[in-house]
Amino acid sequence: MAVPLIRVHSLRKEFAGHPVLNDVDVEIRRGETLGLIGENGAGKSTFMKILAGIYEPTSGEVELDGRPVSFKSPSDARRGGVSIVPQEFNLAADLTVEENVFLGAELLAPTRTLDLAAMRGRTAELLAELGTNVSPGQRIDGLSAAQKQLVEIAKALAFDARLLILDEPTTMLTRREIDRLFAVMRTLKARGMALVYVSHKLAEVKAICDRVIILKDGLLVREALVDEIEPPEMARCMVGRELREIYPPKRKAGGPVVLEVRGLSSAGAFADVSFAVREGEIVGLAGLVGAGRTEVAEALMGLRPSTGTVRVSGRDGRARDPARAVRRGFGYLSEDRQGSGVVTAMGVAENMTLVSLKAYCSLAYVVDRDKERAQARAWRERFGIKANDLEAAVESLSGGNQQKVSLAKTLDPGPRVVMVDEPTRGVDVAAKQEIYRFLAELAGKGAALLLISSELEEIIGMCDRVVVMREGRVAGELEGAAVGEHEIMYLATGLQTGANA
Amino acid sequence: MNALGGSGVLERVRQVQKERYAAFVALAILTVVSSLLSPYFLQWQNLLNILRQVSYTGIIALGMTFVIVSGGIDLSVGSMAAFIGSLSVLALNALTGAGYSPEVAVAASVGSSVLSGFACGFANGFLITKGRIAPFIVTLGTMALFRSLSLYMADAGEFRSNSALFGDLGSSALVHVPVPVVVMIALAALLAFVFTRTRYGRYVRAVGSNARVARYSAIDVDRTRLAAYALNGLMVGVSAVLIAMRFNSVGSSTLGVNYELDAIAAVIIGGTSMAGGRGTVWGTVVGAITLGVINNMLNMVGISPYLQGTVKGLVIIGAVFIQRQRQ
Repeated sequence: MAVPLIRVHSLRKEFAGHPVLNDVDVEIRRGETLGLIGENGAGKSTFMKILAGIYEPTSGEVELDGRPVSFKSPSDARRGGVSIVPQEFNLAADLTVEENVFLGAELLAPTRTLDLAAMRGRTAELLAELGTNVSPGQRIDGLSAAQKQLVEIAKALAFDARLLILDEPTTMLTRREIDRLFAVMRTLKARGMALVYVSHKLAEVKAICDRVIILKDGLLVREALVDEIEPPEMARCMVGRELREIYPPKRKAGGPVVLEVRGLSSAGAFADVSFAVREGEIVGLAGLVGAGRTEVAEALMGLRPSTGTVRVSGRDGRARDPARAVRRGFGYLSEDRQGSGVVTAMGVAENMTLVSLKAYCSLAYVVDRDKERAQARAWRERFGIKANDLEAAVESLSGGNQQKVSLAKTLDPGPRVVMVDEPTRGVDVAAKQEIYRFLAELAGKGAALLLISSELEEIIGMCDRVVVMREGRVAGELEGAAVGEHEIMYLATGLQTGANA
Repeated sequence: MNALGGSGVLERVRQVQKERYAAFVALAILTVVSSLLSPYFLQWQNLLNILRQVSYTGIIALGMTFVIVSGGIDLSVGSMAAFIGSLSVLALNALTGAGYSPEVAVAASVGSSVLSGFACGFANGFLITKGRIAPFIVTLGTMALFRSLSLYMADAGEFRSNSALFGDLGSSALVHVPVPVVVMIALAALLAFVFTRTRYGRYVRAVGSNARVARYSAIDVDRTRLAAYALNGLMVGVSAVLIAMRFNSVGSSTLGVNYELDAIAAVIIGGTSMAGGRGTVWGTVVGAITLGVINNMLNMVGISPYLQGTVKGLVIIGAVFIQRQRQ
């Protein structure tokens, strides 16, 4: 038992001379589940992608069964026994389950034509092993997220995977589906397979893993058996300091109601949503992915049709289109920075004034560029945006700076109701802390804030009150001391989660 | 990331400059080569002739720049020019026949051209934005439609104008510069200002670059797009009446044939990205002139006119290839 399944030795990976993985040594044994955790940008996904053959290391080696290997592509790694279940599934939606399972490695009959019967038989076997009622002939686009995930696992098993990497496998799943996934993982482990479980959810890591490794800034900072480490300690190692510090102190918010939403519904997304946000208050909108949080913000922003009552400072606040929503006093920071937040090919200043451009126009239509630049400089100073040239395209900035530009764009019209959707997604801790400070300042100046986030820490650290959504409805509201991880998860899933934490 | 900031900015500035001036530089080189190949090339009369030849498609290309930067395409411009040209001559003759003075008839003809161009462009834009049909499909359809309508109206023949003033205007010049050239330069100056300095120009780039971001930024994406097609139609209207004046007639089967290709080529050679979001108006003018210079040079050197398309094709592909390399 001396030789581990995988041995990674002084693994290093650089992008443009910038190291993202620095001399990492890891062993992965047969029949164990290894938790891999770390913040965004810590090097988790790079590590995982090297194992799966997507990236090649700059230096260092990977040994499989004591022999050095160097995977040149994902299919190379798959043949070597390493498979990955990516967060964004890699399945062709129009093909059937069996076609996907054998995609790129179809079984052939002696006549060199597809051996359909063999593939169907093998797929059915694998699906039965995984305990699912999905049938081999079903098309992928008719399956739920959990079912697609099992198809990905079946695909790995079809290639006799010995190491299976699961990247954030539970973000799209309900509590019950998570339990079922864990049962599958335990079965695979009992058969001698090694599993790498990458996740932000520390309680789940504690529940399913045998051992955990923690990456921070490309370095392996901690390796421990899960029995020896508790989630708060894991979090401390990930961040490198006490988590609480990064949130600004909470203020007392007791002003008049600014945003009042009553009985808001949008077909196919959410129904009968009611809540209120006061002046200077930060209200969290929590829930699982797909619970309808983003859709509520989109409806308020006039980006999707809805019915119900919306009042802003007592006046009608319903908007049929975004332009009207901006006039009513709404501002929305989208969760998808590159997809709907900033025009990456346009300049920093141009992005900042995109929503409020009218205010920079003389003669109704002609843009006053001096005025625009002055305002852009003011935002750059206020948010500490690292951009020498305000004309430079936003794509030349780092993620955190792009997010600040996006936030400046949202705030430039001076909205009274500020809705921020995953405001710190994909930004580093320093930028995170700054963004939290800006949001708190904004609330201090009397804005009503709605914070949509999947990170419970963030919700708990920032919010005065939390509205929890489940399957398109408001499951409950928590305030003050009642705002806690278990309470939110209980409302978000409808199930008691205490046992797993 | 930050270490890259300084050099990254420099790199970007260089790129922007290169993009802005590449077309000018290419035209300058072409001009030098042409003047070496033929002593007649640099003669004032020849240069003005080139400018007049390219001005008709050049004017259309100005509008096409807005359409392409907004992320669309308009294939119907050539047929539309034939359709509008026919209408303008019909209007002219009707008014002259009804006893109006030549000035009034010509003014009405010009007015109706511009208006019907706007209407045709608006119709394209309406189908594309409200009907949610791909620009390629809509304008492929209207391309067939406009041509067929003009053929039907003229019974595949031509409409001759019965106004001498109309034809005189077509070959008139302003301080030796042909009227269509003056019109093209004036419109280019106006539209360059609109493109770079106004809210609408900014919105066109934002919509073409990323329509989703534009929508989330409270920009009316449909209206911005629709306006680009309407503006393009307007330019076709201006161009159509100038061509009709030039020949003092409109050939329903010949007018505007392949204009869409020349206009799109001018836009592309001028450095506008086919993917939308980036472009320049003056670049388009340079692109149009480049095409004219190529034709002129080949004529002078005595290369078969049948081979001119080959050269034009290579230049277009080369321009896009260089654009790709830069990205």
